[in-house]
Amino acid sequence: MATTHNVQRVEAEHTSFGRTTVYEGELLRHSAYTRVVHWLVALTFLLALLSGFALFSPWLYAWIAPIFGSGARARLLHPWFGIAFAIAVLFQVRGWAYQMRWQPKDREWVKHAKDYATKTDEPEPEYVGKFNGGQKIWFWVMAWSAVIFLVTGVFLWFPEILSRTAMWICYFFHDLMGLIMLGGFFIHLYEGTSGIPGTLRGMLHGTVTRAWAWTHHPAWYREVTGRDPIRDREQDGGQLSR
Amino acid sequence: MSEEKTLQTKAISAHPGSVPGRHMQREVEVCKMIDATTCIGCKACEVACVEWNDLPFGETTFDNTYQTMTQTRWNYWNLIKFNEHKRADGTLMWLMRKDQCMHCADPGCLRACPADGAIVQYENGIVDFQQENCIGCQLCLSGCPFDIPRFNPTTKKVYKCSLCSDRVGQGLEPACIKSCPTGCLHFGTKAEMKDLAEARAKQLRDVSGFENAGVYDPDSVNGTHVIYVLHDATNPEAYGGLPKTPRIPFVYTLWKPILKPLSLFTVFAGVLGMFFHYVSYGPRRTVPPPRKDEHGNDTQRPAR
Ligand code: HEM
Repeated sequence: MATTHNVQRVEAEHTSFGRTTVYEGELLRHSAYTRVVHWLVALTFLLALLSGFALFSPWLYAWIAPIFGSGARARLLHPWFGIAFAIAVLFQVRGWAYQMRWQPKDREWVKHAKDYATKTDEPEPEYVGKFNGGQKIWFWVMAWSAVIFLVTGVFLWFPEILSRTAMWICYFFHDLMGLIMLGGFFIHLYEGTSGIPGTLRGMLHGTVTRAWAWTHHPAWYREVTGRDPIRDREQDGGQLSR
Repeated sequence: MSEEKTLQTKAISAHPGSVPGRHMQREVEVCKMIDATTCIGCKACEVACVEWNDLPFGETTFDNTYQTMTQTRWNYWNLIKFNEHKRADGTLMWLMRKDQCMHCADPGCLRACPADGAIVQYENGIVDFQQENCIGCQLCLSGCPFDIPRFNPTTKKVYKCSLCSDRVGQGLEPACIKSCPTGCLHFGTKAEMKDLAEARAKQLRDVSGFENAGVYDPDSVNGTHVIYVLHDATNPEAYGGLPKTPRIPFVYTLWKPILKPLSLFTVFAGVLGMFFHYVSYGPRRTVPPPRKDEHGNDTQRPAR
């Protein structure tokens, strides 16, 4: 086995979507396929978000619309970005729906969300699996947003299908969904980057450190390593590890 | 009224901030008065509109009435609606109504429009579409209580009657007025036209036996700059779907101008809150905190 800085390559994931190398002390968090799909979702979402918010408010129009060339161009492109987003979400849902299914422990997590936000120096409770309750909520909000955006968007795109009344109703719910997703996106961005250091690399290179896993997703740590997250955490805190 | 320059802009769609140049001149509000009781359905106004505005011809449709087509089109802004109406005694009468943009004082199309400057309202009351700024989203269609704006799928722009703003700006009356042979169409200041319409309605009530005769100038959109004299003002729907109380959907009166900016502001306040969460509570780091190896990189080893 190749050795780099005393760190050993212990595992590799290899598919036509790419490869993920896992060194000693790391765990495979997201496969190359999952990462590609996630970033396709993110890219298409951001394009749809930006072109949509260009038309959202007079205060945004003058500086966001020119990014796409003009207001007319933003309006022309927006539905297509939306369709691309919906397709990307379809793949994301296919890949994640099972792992994201709602369980009783996720309710527990939601109840502890306040501690999660304020007691930032405490590790997560032992029951937290691969995705915590908050992540599952974001996943399902995103999945349903794609459905709501698509349905209301089609009637805004082709008002002649239904009626002028349907158009303003759809306008309202399209707006509302946009606001929810904008807020959700900012929270997600924070948690995925500065809020929880060591998370972003999981979505970029595919791996996270073992300490990241036993701190933030103890049940998942137990599942993939077969070891006790709490014992490992406490022993690492002692003299045992280098 | 023709001496005043009447094309000072009063309101601009989706324009943040005030309207440049407002209140610089004395302005009068113009008005088209349509006396539906003396219209003979000759369609001279339809032709004059197509001619003056140089609109390309389209197919007419025949649906067993005298009506040129079922509704106005992007290239047909002025249509007489023919309605057969049964009187109380069982006999029939025509109700003929020239249908076009009403030039509302509170225009739903302008409220709905997200494109800066695509719809303007002049101080004289005319509501005008500026196709070069139109983005083709068609939200104006859903904001209009009168079902007036029409989309051209080829150019992806929306069109409607301009009340011949180009003529009015030069002190001329709109083309339709010019062509009317019976004098059922009048043009002047809003005050003059309102007086004329009320006088005619009174005449209809007192002399001609139309006891419900009255003027259509709906308050729910703060009045319009096209007003009708109707034989029966209590039943405007009989004139080809003229709404008794035209209403702009609440999403364009309450959500878009007030609640929506507030919601957006709330989201951005949340982002600010998140930043201060980072500052005051800090990130969630691993427990125990990562150690550095000899190269200064984080190391995390499984306990052995
Ligand atoms: C562009 C900025 C974005 C960044 C930096 C980012 C980062 C991440 C990261 C690091 C993860 C993995 C979390 C983990 O391993 O526990 C993740 C997961 C996920 N991302 Fe993103 N993401 C971004 C945009 C988006 C967008 C726009 C969407 C959807 C509209 C999205 C949907 C998701 C979902 C559903 C998950 C799984 C659940 C979760 O971890 O919350 N992401 N993202």
